[in-house]
This record gives sequence, structure tokens and C-alpha cells, in this order.
Amino acid sequence: MRTTARRTALSLGTIVVTAGLLLTGCTSPGSSTTDKATVSQADIDKALDTPTKLTFWTWVPDIENEVALFEKKYPKIDVEVVNVGSGADEYTKLRTALKAGKGAPDVAQIEYQYLSSFRLTDSLADLTPYGAADLSDEYVEWVWNQVQTEDGSVWAIPQDSGPLGNLYRSDILAQAGITEAPTTWAQYAEDAATIKAATGSYISNMPGNDPGQMVGLFWQAGAKPFGYDGDKTVKVDIASDETKKVVDYWNDLIQKDLVSVDPDFNDSFYQSLSSGKYAGWVTAAWAPVFLQGTAANTSGKWTAAKIPQWNEGDDVSGNWGGSSDAVLKTSENPIAAYELAKFINNDPESTLKFATDQFLFPTKTDTLADPAFVDQQSEFYGGQKVNELFAGVSDTVDVSFEWLPFMDYVYSSYNETLGKAIADKTDLSTALQAWDDEVTAYAKKQGFTVE
Amino acid sequence: MAVLAASASAPPNSRSRRPPRQRSTQSTRRQTRAAYLLITPFLVVFVAMLIVPLFYSGYLSLFATQLIGGQEFVGLSNYVQALTDPSFLGGLGRVGLFLLIQVPIMLVLALFFALALDSSRVRGSKAARLAIFVPYAVPGVVATLMWGYLYGNDFGPIAQTFRALGIDAPNLLANDTILGSMMNIVTWEFVGYNMIIMYAALRTIPTELFDAAEVDGASEWRVAWSIKIPAIRPAIMLTVIFSIIGSFQLFNEPNLLYRLAPNVIGNDFTPNQYAYTVAFVNQDVPYAAAIAFLLGLVIMIVSYVVQLSTQRKENLS
Repeated sequence: MRTTARRTALSLGTIVVTAGLLLTGCTSPGSSTTDKATVSQADIDKALDTPTKLTFWTWVPDIENEVALFEKKYPKIDVEVVNVGSGADEYTKLRTALKAGKGAPDVAQIEYQYLSSFRLTDSLADLTPYGAADLSDEYVEWVWNQVQTEDGSVWAIPQDSGPLGNLYRSDILAQAGITEAPTTWAQYAEDAATIKAATGSYISNMPGNDPGQMVGLFWQAGAKPFGYDGDKTVKVDIASDETKKVVDYWNDLIQKDLVSVDPDFNDSFYQSLSSGKYAGWVTAAWAPVFLQGTAANTSGKWTAAKIPQWNEGDDVSGNWGGSSDAVLKTSENPIAAYELAKFINNDPESTLKFATDQFLFPTKTDTLADPAFVDQQSEFYGGQKVNELFAGVSDTVDVSFEWLPFMDYVYSSYNETLGKAIADKTDLSTALQAWDDEVTAYAKKQGFTVE
Repeated sequence: MAVLAASASAPPNSRSRRPPRQRSTQSTRRQTRAAYLLITPFLVVFVAMLIVPLFYSGYLSLFATQLIGGQEFVGLSNYVQALTDPSFLGGLGRVGLFLLIQVPIMLVLALFFALALDSSRVRGSKAARLAIFVPYAVPGVVATLMWGYLYGNDFGPIAQTFRALGIDAPNLLANDTILGSMMNIVTWEFVGYNMIIMYAALRTIPTELFDAAEVDGASEWRVAWSIKIPAIRPAIMLTVIFSIIGSFQLFNEPNLLYRLAPNVIGNDFTPNQYAYTVAFVNQDVPYAAAIAFLLGLVIMIVSYVVQLSTQRKENLS
């Protein structure tokens, strides 16, 4: 039976193996030597005329169509599109490849909030030498601020975004005698009570597993919970007056059972959206089309509106989601890689295709104004021009919002603290403080100077 | 595995005791060489993929890593930290509870089914055997997703049945029920597997014993209790040890049910899941390695204690 014990140790070993393999060949990140020397047009032309093979990691479905436009324009460049998983799955693989020193792609899709974690490891190429800074006025200001840091470096090209809005079931609201979408959060809370009493539906759902949504609401309230100077100093101000205001507000609705607290993006959530358990969804610009797919049976009953405001007469929004395409420092063909990231997110045909075929909410101002995009009428929303509404919202997003270089931990910690309090319906403001404490402790433990 | 492979190569040795001596030593040497040659591919892979990484992660666990500042040798402080880490200890407590409740239920059920099928009193025993075993053939991922759907609070069939009867549906994915729900999934999945091991052992018992028992007028229960169960004790011990290891290494079930009840399960429901979070979310690989080693130690101790106590019983009887 000693065999068994040893086998136990071995099978345990296999868990550790993965961890072990991860670090083999680990190199400590060298000091950032940003070479601001610009690359000449001749170099660019030469690079684009040389047979090159690029690898592009992304989870956008059918992105091959946009890449094909690029390959058509530059036939010598061959792009291999690989989907290694979306979001966190991709980042884990990306980090592994970067640590191993090989196997990383030339271009990778990275969400805005994770850019700084790859800057921290010095894994992203600064795109300014290739002329990326010149693109700044072609994009919505707040989006551009997500990819460009104060020192002027540009780390990625924006792909899509998710300014916040409010989607609601006009038929359920009408049953409760409400004909207009609430314009303020105070009104929203009153309507929540009316709707619950008249129809039994929740005005919306506040999931305990979606830090992205909560942070978007913080963003709208003017909070600046995170900050990173690009070196060793981070700012953690999760429990601030602004965030407390947001958290207390939802705490009240949750305690009164006026919003549900189901986890989002699972089957039960989709069914609740189509069954009318939720009369609305505080969500982002990518949601209208998403909803069309998940709640097809409720077509024509939905309306899109702006997000309620904290102060009557204001017009402010936040953002939830969206990605950029970054060039990895390890790329052997950075010029061609940059041109790929730029082309698919800048070429008018490609960006319009993203917006109308894949329904990625645009980040480029001329796409946001393109009649082919804004004049689309949606049957699902009773013929409403939903894109036009959200295109307007995009201009109202607060322009300066930063992240921490370890958002994986921040979000995971959210689920254990504030998120857990939401799900368990316990006091949110103590949980908010707990989240702040956990993140601060982690930052210190990781060697950051915390402001 | 190495031990198994080594014992497989034992025959040449035993053969060497046979006379005549001189000729056999030469052939033995040749055979030994051949045996080593044959197991070399295995040994190479084994050392490269298991032993080396194992030692490497043991070495890693002695360091502290920081996002800023890199690695630093800290001795055993990762282990000290883990021993006071509520997440790790909480996870251990949960799988300990799982072990104490789920494993006995599952093994008693498996033994019952095996005895029932073996008694040849069950009509259509082949179909029954297959039916009990089939869940094991369903991939764990699929099984968990399926049960997740069944457990669903709003739209799951279980909840709907309760509501149709006018009773409040229990939330099977809540803080105080999730462990039980998970035990149910694991039992469903593995009862057939354990049953097959026991059933196979039952089939190897010499029939003379049963004939003798019949002559003595022993009842079917008496035969099961006094002959069958003692005869398959090694097989039962095997299933106990496998189940202990399986319980401590719970990962798939909490990881998949996470989508349905993220805040209930969290990121530290079981020690394995916690080690995964520490390594890939917190990016603290050395600490994750320390947790994995400690978990391995706990499994070894528990397995050893269980074996020791049963061996002592055997010696007494």
C-alpha cells in the first residue's frame, strides 16, 4: 500500500507541475527602455512588403473577415487568428507564454482594465514610434485615454467599448403605469417600488459576480477608485464618498427586495431576462444586440434609454467592457503587427464591419457618426435607433478613469467581499471597506507604494 | 507508478534462484538489462515530467514573489502563512467534512449494489450493472453542468416540481446546501466505479466457500457479512483510499458550479481551487506551490492513518 501513498504524492505533483512549468525560463522584467525614435515611412512600407507571418490572439467571433481586409490590402502579410479563450483565460495563457519567452502572439486583444497589468511586466510595445499618437483625435476622448498614458505612450489601439445605458421592458413598466424611463436614480428607486408592487417584476438585477458592472456605476458617479503611475505607485481609493453613495443606494434596493441578486451571464439569468423576472437591465452599449439573442421571444417589448443620473439635469455615463488590440514587445515584426492592430480598428470598412456584423460598439468617432451605423432601426426595440442613442452616450463618459495593474486580483477579491455581500444581502458598505482593505493589503504585499 | 513498474520487472530476479547457477547469472544480467531498457522510455518521461517539476515546485515554494521586486528566498514562511490562512484551512475543513459524510455513503451504496448484483437474485442484473456504472462514463464536466441545471433555483426541474406541489422550493445552490449538492453529484458519478471494483473482487471468491456455507445453513446475509465482505477487504480499502484522495482533490465540481453560484462557492471552496486562484489570479506561484505541498502532506497522512488503523484490526483478528 506504500504504492498508493507515493502515487498520491505524485498525482499531487501534477498539480504543482503546471505551476512549476510556468516559471521555468522566467525572466525578470527588465527596465523599460522606451525608444521614442520614430520609424520612417520607408521602414513601414518595407515591412509591409516583406513576406511576414503574424499571430493574433483574439476572441472576437468571425474576426477573420476584418483580418481578410488587411491581408487583401497587404498580400505579403499572413495573419493567423487564434482564439485561446476570452478574457481571463487568454491573459493566463499570455502571461505563461511571456514568462516562457516564446509562444506569445504578435498582437493580442486585451480589455482596457488589463492593459496596465501587462505594462507592469513590460510586455507591451509602445506604439508611438509607429505613429500611433497621431490617431488620438480619431477616437472618442475617454476611450483614447484608456490606451494612452500621461507620458504620451500609446499601448494599444481601441477596438470596442461599452458606455452604460438602461434597457427596459416598456410593456412591464406600462403595466405599472410608468411611461417614461426614469432619468434620475431617485426616480429609478421609486419606479422600482411601483413596478414590484404592480407586476412582481424586479426593475433590474444586481449580480454579486460582476465587478465590471459595479465599477462602471462607480465610474458614472465620478469615483476614481484606482490609479497607477506606470512604475511602483498605485492608488487605492475603493471606499470613497462617491462609491459609498452608489453602494448605499443599491444596498437600499436590495434590502427592500426591489432588485434581485442573481449571478449574471448564466442560463438562469438569460431565462429571467426573457421571462420578465427582470423588467430592465442597467447595462452597456454592447448589450442591446446581446439581449436580442438571449431574449428573442420578447422582441418589440424593449426600449433603450440613457442611464439614470445622480443629479437632475446631468448627463454623465460610465463604461463597462470593451477591448483594445496591443502589440507584444516580444513580436519580431512589430511594424506589421502595429499595422494590423491599427488597420482593423481604424480602416472605415473594417470598423463599420465590426459595428454592424459583430456588433462591437465603435470607439472611432467617424464610425459613431456613420449613417450606416446610427440610422439602424431595431425591431427588437420597437424600431428605435438604439445605436444613435448609445453613440450619444459615449460622449458623456467621464474621460479620466484608471485601473490597477492587478485587476485580476481586484475583481476576484470583489467577488469575495462586496459581491458576496450583495448575494447574501448583508450590509454593502462594510463589504466595500473590506474590499478596499483586501486590495490595499495585496498591493502592499506585492511591493507597491500605495497612495 | 514507478513501484508498479519495478515490481513488473521482478520476475527475472526470482528466476535467478533456480539452478544451474552459472548460466542463469548471465541470462539474468541480460534480462535485467532488457528490462531496464524497456522501462527507460517510461522512466525518462516520469523523471522529466513528474520528479523534476515536483522538486522544482518544492524549491519554488521556498520563495516569495512580488509583482514589484521579483523573487526572494524566505524559507518556510509560505508554509507558516498557509497554516494560518483561513482560506486554506476553511477549504481543508470543507473537504474534510465532504470526506466524512460523502465517502461512507458512497461506499456503502457501492458495496450494497455490488452484493446485490453478485447475489444473482436481481433480475436483469447486467442492465442494472450498466445503469449504475453509466454515470462514471459521463464526463465530470457534463455531469456537473447537467446537475447544475437540475439544481437551478428559478427554472430547474427540482424547484419546479416543488412549486407545482405548492411547497417552497429549497435553494440547492445556497451557502448551507451547496456542499450537500456537491456530495450528491460526486456520489452519483462514482458509485458505479466503486461498485465495479468491489463486484470484480466478489467474482474472484472461490465458490467452495459458498458451498460450505450452504451446507452449514448460513443465510444470504450471513454469507455476505462473514465471507464476502472479509474476502474483498483489500478491494474495499482500495476504494477508500481512492475516495480520500478524490475528496481532497475536489476541483471540477466547485469550479463548474461556480458559474451558477459564484458568491456561494467563491475562489477558495476547496484547497485545490484555492491553489489555482493563488497561482493564476493572485499570480503568487510560490505560495500556490506551498499550498499544494501541504495538501499533499495532509492526503498522505490521512491515507496512512486509515491504512494503519485497518491493518491493526487485521492483525488483531
